Amino acid sequence: MPEKNKTKMRELDPIQRIGCFEEVALGYSKEEALKEAARCLQCKNQPCVSGCPVGINIPGFIKALREERYKDSAMILKGDNNLPAVCGRVCPQEKQCEARCILGRVPGGDAVAIGRLERFVADLEIPIESVVKPSIHKKVAVIGAGPAGLTVAADLAKEGVSVTVFEAFHTAGGVLVYGIPEFRLPKKIVSNEVQFVQEMGVEFRFNEIVGRTVPFEELVNDYDAVFIGIGAGAPRFMGIPGTNLNNIFSASEFLTRVNLMKAYLFPKYDTPVKIKDRVAVIGAGNVTMDAARTARRLGAKEVHIVYRRSEEEMPARLEEYHHAMEEGIKLHCLTLPVEYLGDANNNVVAMKCVKMTLGEPDSSGRRRPVQLENSEFTMEVDMVIEAIGQTPNAVLKAGFSSVQLNKWGSIQADEETGRTNLPKVFAGGDIVTGAATVIEAMGAGKRSAKAILKYLAGV
Amino acid sequence: MYKVISREAIAPDTFDIWLEHPNIHKRAKPGQFLILRLDEFSERIPLTIVSTAEGRLRVIIKTIGKSTYKLCAVKPGETIADIVGPLGNPSEIDRFGTVCVIGGGVGIAPLFPIAKALKEAGNRVIGILGAAKKELLIMKDEFLPHLDELYITTDDGSEGIKGTVTVALQKVLKKEKVEVIWAIGPMVMMKFVSLMAAENNTLCWVSLNPIMVDGTGMCGACRAEVGEEVKFTCVHGPEFDGRKVKWDELIKRQYQYREEEKRAMEDYLKEMGGKNA
Ligand SMILES: Cc1cc2nc3c(=O)[nH]c(=O)nc-3n(C[C@H](O)[C@H](O)[C@H](O)COP(=O)(O)OP(=O)(O)OC[C@H]3O[C@@H](n4cnc5c(N)ncnc54)[C@H](O)[C@@H]3O)c2cc1C
Ligand SMILES: Cc1cc2nc3c(=O)[nH]c(=O)nc-3n(C[C@H](O)[C@H](O)[C@H](O)COP(=O)(O)OP(=O)(O)OC[C@H]3O[C@@H](n4cnc5c(N)ncnc54)[C@H](O)[C@@H]3O)c2cc1C
Ligand code: SF4
Ligand code: SF4
Ligand code: FES
Repeated sequence: MPEKNKTKMRELDPIQRIGCFEEVALGYSKEEALKEAARCLQCKNQPCVSGCPVGINIPGFIKALREERYKDSAMILKGDNNLPAVCGRVCPQEKQCEARCILGRVPGGDAVAIGRLERFVADLEIPIESVVKPSIHKKVAVIGAGPAGLTVAADLAKEGVSVTVFEAFHTAGGVLVYGIPEFRLPKKIVSNEVQFVQEMGVEFRFNEIVGRTVPFEELVNDYDAVFIGIGAGAPRFMGIPGTNLNNIFSASEFLTRVNLMKAYLFPKYDTPVKIKDRVAVIGAGNVTMDAARTARRLGAKEVHIVYRRSEEEMPARLEEYHHAMEEGIKLHCLTLPVEYLGDANNNVVAMKCVKMTLGEPDSSGRRRPVQLENSEFTMEVDMVIEAIGQTPNAVLKAGFSSVQLNKWGSIQADEETGRTNLPKVFAGGDIVTGAATVIEAMGAGKRSAKAILKYLAGV
Repeated sequence: MYKVISREAIAPDTFDIWLEHPNIHKRAKPGQFLILRLDEFSERIPLTIVSTAEGRLRVIIKTIGKSTYKLCAVKPGETIADIVGPLGNPSEIDRFGTVCVIGGGVGIAPLFPIAKALKEAGNRVIGILGAAKKELLIMKDEFLPHLDELYITTDDGSEGIKGTVTVALQKVLKKEKVEVIWAIGPMVMMKFVSLMAAENNTLCWVSLNPIMVDGTGMCGACRAEVGEEVKFTCVHGPEFDGRKVKWDELIKRQYQYREEEKRAMEDYLKEMGGKNA
């Protein structure tokens, strides 16, 4: 989808960027930002706002920006979104705010580049004193420091609640630090945002896996309320023959090694990551694009994305897909691997695939892929990364056995409030909705924080 | 930050280390492990919790590559960045009657808390401890009070029976009925013990130690096929019925990163001027 009248964002050249992990999208200059902001019509009925899961006052921040009242602009953003520098970079804007922008709806027009403007303002890093209200003498435990948990923590802290965040890893951010790569979301940005939350007085207890190293019941007893934001953490495997051959990885493993453990800087960093010449990545979501582009940067000669539906059904963010194609990654649609083949050392050497065609729409509204008869063929690959989605981490949830689950094995929580079957306990983000987006997780966090405050006021 | 309280070399390349930790002793049970990260650059290193005491815990480490070398080079009084644990499921300790616990090499260390707990639960505990040679045999004296019988095997015959632990197990199984076997050691050892257990229709717990990344069930690096099902060792294990484990595949996966590990070690040794702690 070529951009017409949207102000372009400068990017690293594809040849240059596949040799490094530098951020690809370079952001707007002041002139570019002002030019783009000037396009906004300041619509009275604000259609764009309804497309944003946290309801950012989009015309408001854009107006302040174009009047060069940068601090006001940043304050409007931070008021609704604790992580604007993140969302400006990773939101699927074309499906959210920008999808509703009036300018994008006129033929031949482009929506205002809301995400890019948001990023521009956030990146100015204008110090904003977070106004923290006096203590209300209540304490809340937040489980998981992903976008959902961080949002709840910040919103409650602002209201004078004493918040402790329990995080399984040694650092905060969730998928923002172990999933999304540096070239798309520099980790410095995440740590800045986390620092902002910390400065509001939120306490972080790292290396604590609730349900394993700390009993969930203990938190329920010790705190006035508990929020569960543990994400959809476990990788799914296709489970076809040969899945346990060498050099077949889940995208979660591959990306965790590279992002959280910094394996792209091996051997300066101790954690290694495998890379081979002909890599197949299975799937077509953001995770797939991230894994494919990471493999390319690590030196894979060929990277093939293998997807069972067609280009139209691809769930990935548009920009990432374009970036992947620019980086020389090949897309094989309507293709499904059915078996991995290995050599005598159990290293994968090829993948048996079948061709698919699209049938009737399924429950997700996307047309269901069906196998074409006699279409089997073999693709030579020496490494495979499966990126076919995540499921709730069933075993960790065993540690939350008193919390009711829904039929997908996610936590059953009210959409508006995050309330679970336990009166004190709220939940939100991927652990409730299944893998979704950063801003949706934050939206759930916002709503839960409100509900928690109400609950605390009543007890 | 967690302080190293003490460090003692108990055999060539093998160190006995006590670490400070405020909470792990309250919850750790036999069979569980922890993951530690030495510093900003470190891997996440899984290690079995060998013993605990108020505010402290003990690990026993064999130096085989960069991470274990780096860990064993941390001096008492110095600190390491992160410890998370206890992880994994505890061993299923019960009063079975006669049990046989088998440890090979540094696998003797993780076996220790299990043997102790089995004895405390009222079992008759037969121990088989195996090592390549006498100097590499660790913890023998510590085991003695918790065993009713002890067999030692060494590959070169420098102590006890010459041969592998299966030679001793054969003797035990001929002599008496064993209800449950525990075997911890190199994968090949666990494989052969499991085969022998299968022939005797005896439950055989093994503690798998595949390469891990997060240790919380979110990456699948530690997957193993057990009884036709894919299990994640860190959360479904680490102990499984060895008779059901698909060993050959697992053993080959263990060496997946060999080239990278070698490179890391060579670089590290160069940096250290060819010498280590
Ligand atoms: C590779 C990848 C790329 C993505 N790209 C995009 C994108 O471009 N745009 C977008 O909008 N979305 C993207 N997403 C989706 C988005 O990241 C998620 O929807 C979002 O992070 C969900 O937030 P969360 O807070 O619910 O969970 P998470 O981000 O998963 O955070 C959960 C946190 O809880 C911790 N935790 C888990 N269990 C426990 C426990 N028992 N005790 C303590 N802590 C625990 C975890 O360690 C983690 O830090 C991507 C996801 C992935 C994996
Ligand atoms: C649940 C669990 C408990 C463990 N408990 C102990 C313990 O109590 N004491 C102890 O000394 N070690 C233990 N280990 C093994 C220990 O974690 C590894 O030895 C260590 O991570 C290797 O790192 P390295 O960089 O020193 O060696 P590397 O250079 O990474 O590895 C060198 C060689 O060792 C083998 N190897 C790599 N990783 C492992 C592994 N996880 N387990 C076994 N072999 C491996 C490989 O074949 C490799 O070629 C345990 C592992 C697991 C998964
Ligand atoms: S947070 Fe995301 S959806 Fe909301 S305005 Fe910003 S870019 Fe758009
Ligand atoms: S819909 Fe578009 S033009 Fe209208 S206020 Fe929102 S961003 Fe501006
Ligand atoms: S180590 Fe990642 S799932 Fe077990």
